[in-house]
Amino acid sequence: MSDAEQPTNPNDSNDVNEVRHEETVSDDEFEPVQVFPESEDMDLRPGSDDCYKCSTCDTNCPVAEVDDDFPGPKFQGPEQWRLKRKEDTDIDDSVMSCSNCMRCDSSCPSDVPLSQMHNTARGEYVENQMDKLSREYVRNRILANYRTMAELGSKVPRLTNFLMGNSLVQAVNEKVLGITSEREFPEFAEETFREWWEKRGGPQVRSEDKRVAYFHGCYSNYNTPAVGKAMVRLFESFGYEVVVPKQRCSGTPMFANGMLDDAKRAAGINVENFSGLVEEGYDIIASCTSCSMSLRQEYPELFSYDGTASVAAHTYEALEYLRLHEDLEAELADAEVDAGEFAYHAPCHARNQGLAGQAVELIDGLDGANAEDVGDSCSGISGTYGWKDEKYETSMKIGAEMFEHMEETDAEAGMTECPTCAMQMEHGTGYEIRHPLEVLEEALVEGSH
Amino acid sequence: MAIEDDVTVVGGGIAGMTAALAAAREGVDVRLLSHKDSTLKSASGLVDVLGYLPESDGEGPLSDPFEAIPQLPDAHPYRTVGVEGVREALAVFDGVVGDRYRGDHTDRNALVPTHGGAVKPTARYPASAAAGLASDDRSALLVGFETVTDFDAPLAADHLESAGVPFAARGATISFPGDFRVDAKITRFADALDADERVAVQGDGYTTELPVREALAEAVKPHLRGAERVGFPALLGQHRPDEVRESLEAELGAAVFEVPMGPPSIPGMRLEGALTGACREAGVRFTTGNPVVDYEEGGRAGSEDIAAVRVERNGAAIPFHADQFVLATGGLVGKGIDSDREGVAEPIFDCHVPHSGDRYDWFADAAFGDHPFARFGVETDDDLRPLDRRGDVEFPNLRAAGAVLGGHDFAAEKSGAGVSLATGVAAGRSAAKEVSDS
Repeated sequence: MSDAEQPTNPNDSNDVNEVRHEETVSDDEFEPVQVFPESEDMDLRPGSDDCYKCSTCDTNCPVAEVDDDFPGPKFQGPEQWRLKRKEDTDIDDSVMSCSNCMRCDSSCPSDVPLSQMHNTARGEYVENQMDKLSREYVRNRILANYRTMAELGSKVPRLTNFLMGNSLVQAVNEKVLGITSEREFPEFAEETFREWWEKRGGPQVRSEDKRVAYFHGCYSNYNTPAVGKAMVRLFESFGYEVVVPKQRCSGTPMFANGMLDDAKRAAGINVENFSGLVEEGYDIIASCTSCSMSLRQEYPELFSYDGTASVAAHTYEALEYLRLHEDLEAELADAEVDAGEFAYHAPCHARNQGLAGQAVELIDGLDGANAEDVGDSCSGISGTYGWKDEKYETSMKIGAEMFEHMEETDAEAGMTECPTCAMQMEHGTGYEIRHPLEVLEEALVEGSH
Repeated sequence: MAIEDDVTVVGGGIAGMTAALAAAREGVDVRLLSHKDSTLKSASGLVDVLGYLPESDGEGPLSDPFEAIPQLPDAHPYRTVGVEGVREALAVFDGVVGDRYRGDHTDRNALVPTHGGAVKPTARYPASAAAGLASDDRSALLVGFETVTDFDAPLAADHLESAGVPFAARGATISFPGDFRVDAKITRFADALDADERVAVQGDGYTTELPVREALAEAVKPHLRGAERVGFPALLGQHRPDEVRESLEAELGAAVFEVPMGPPSIPGMRLEGALTGACREAGVRFTTGNPVVDYEEGGRAGSEDIAAVRVERNGAAIPFHADQFVLATGGLVGKGIDSDREGVAEPIFDCHVPHSGDRYDWFADAAFGDHPFARFGVETDDDLRPLDRRGDVEFPNLRAAGAVLGGHDFAAEKSGAGVSLATGVAAGRSAAKEVSDS
């Protein structure tokens, strides 16, 4: 703590010895001044005080870059937090235009927890100011609780796929719910990851010391089980015991829509189910970077269940984990694959975890595959954001730079770790998009079958 | 096992990027770790070498920094790398930035007006600032914008005149043409100028649409009154600054220049782009997003080597192994040097930072006095390896570069970027050489 934060008596003389005497007061006698006396769940004042208004976050915000009406992260976070200390000031509705990409966090030179402030402000806005019967609320609730919808839909995947691809249904979605008809709904797999997992009889490898618990999330369960299967085979080929505990949505779409109660419930179940395994020596791995981001950062920032901290400390992105524990580079140097060129996009939530360069670095050393990073731009879809009728255009404007960079590469296919970034990449360029885990599995497992 | 490189550089500012670039160009595998996005967004974009001698009581500025370097105290980082080291580093810099920067035609310092109306002695300046030099005697109009509050053009012009510049300076504040929000970001203006977006302009009882560069020139014209050059806050385009400046010059019939600004700084971002591009081309791998917090000792018995640095991420520690390490985490401002009421420390490797035990000796009484805290940092041997309190090398495979080095006061001397470049290149090359020799 700097000297500036210590209370000093203005009546003290300027005598140097007087000041030195003050220094000897022991720390436990120090009482902070209560500036805002009302109590609240989460005190964000220290974060707010750390903001020195340099505005760097604003210049890094992909929404502010294309939407002149959006006041930017500095306003949404520290400034709004101060404003709403006044009892009659509501949360500004522009907070719903934040896409929760969390880029502001990594641009802040002063470590202000901006995304945490946005998540709490959004939660407060939805809780206190949003009409629970409004079309927007209902639509956001449906989008945020994708898992519920997916669980129903995947019971009859062919029927659902047919319906969702039906232009009449799409028109109804847009008119009644405000879900854009510009996008094609992701197809539901005929067999979910969990169904496959149960059918194969669970783990094929047992190990006392190499054990991981897979957080598959909703998307690789209902939509792209191939990613989950590739991950399991890859880890098992390295001798890991993989378990797949019961789980709920990670909560990312709920945070992004201010549905903190829903997120809290889901987080509680996930923390409970995974923290026990951590105690038994399992680390948690995820194949979706928003899921790992959620368990790692958003849970400890927003909730205080027993085990939240240990779940956060033991969660890894799947590739990151293998890289840390195996000599993945040497394995890849000896491997070969027929995969070709990829235009790689680092999801914002991979960037935030410090994983942005990882897939390109790994594939660099692999014969028969090449991945070219398409740069810093945000894909713009941000989970449920780009699905909203009123946000679709913003989402595509943000993505334009990425589409351009993808077209400029020699690649005919794309690559990313994030399922919704993949949707946007495909939507904007028509390229087929793959997950790096699939390519690695092809290189390191399929060949040895 | 884990992630392994030849050289790992900790820190993403000018010193870190230069060290990584210099090492990678020697042909070794280099990784750069940085906590957040590069702090170059907060850099003015000016590259100072040495503007004032320490304890010169404001005398100066120096016209030739190279001549003055041998007069610096022994503990100064420039004395470690020598005049040749500084020249080599500037040559690396000049190669990276190409014609985006000026100043390499002479050893003499250039005098660049800043947004506060001060005149700063600097060795290299962006081409966009070239027409603004204070040694130039052409009359100048400074143009500020109502909503860009960091630059008060009339005040800056007054300051320049009272600093004794050899030209007449006037300032005018106008509103940026178009319907931008009151708190629009400077990058928003820069993007609009890059794309030459059409904006609505109010005339006498009518509204018309003009390309923004033309509209801006029209708004400035009534204030021009024969000024031979016009200075704007540094927001004239993020990606096409030359083109924006040329359009404005053609419209105004006067030279146009940018005045460097505080953060977020567009010239700093352009420099970041140039350095990052050069690093990527040289094969540097970047890992950004989490702080380096400590290190692992070498496995060999009796060795004091560092085996890995550890990156902290929500309670988990991720090791990054390397043969050689470069510490380029910045000084007190950049958080590479930490202090509390008890002492001053280098937080990652706990390298010794010389300082008085009595914290009342850390500062001078006068606000602009000769503050010891400004020179806090690690001491090194000739090879930039930090020394412990007995004067022995802390770790055989660790070098330090940039503001984390003690013995210089970059703010008073105007030596920040120069020290970062010179020690960055030296540390990077030396680390790479060690790898190749072993």
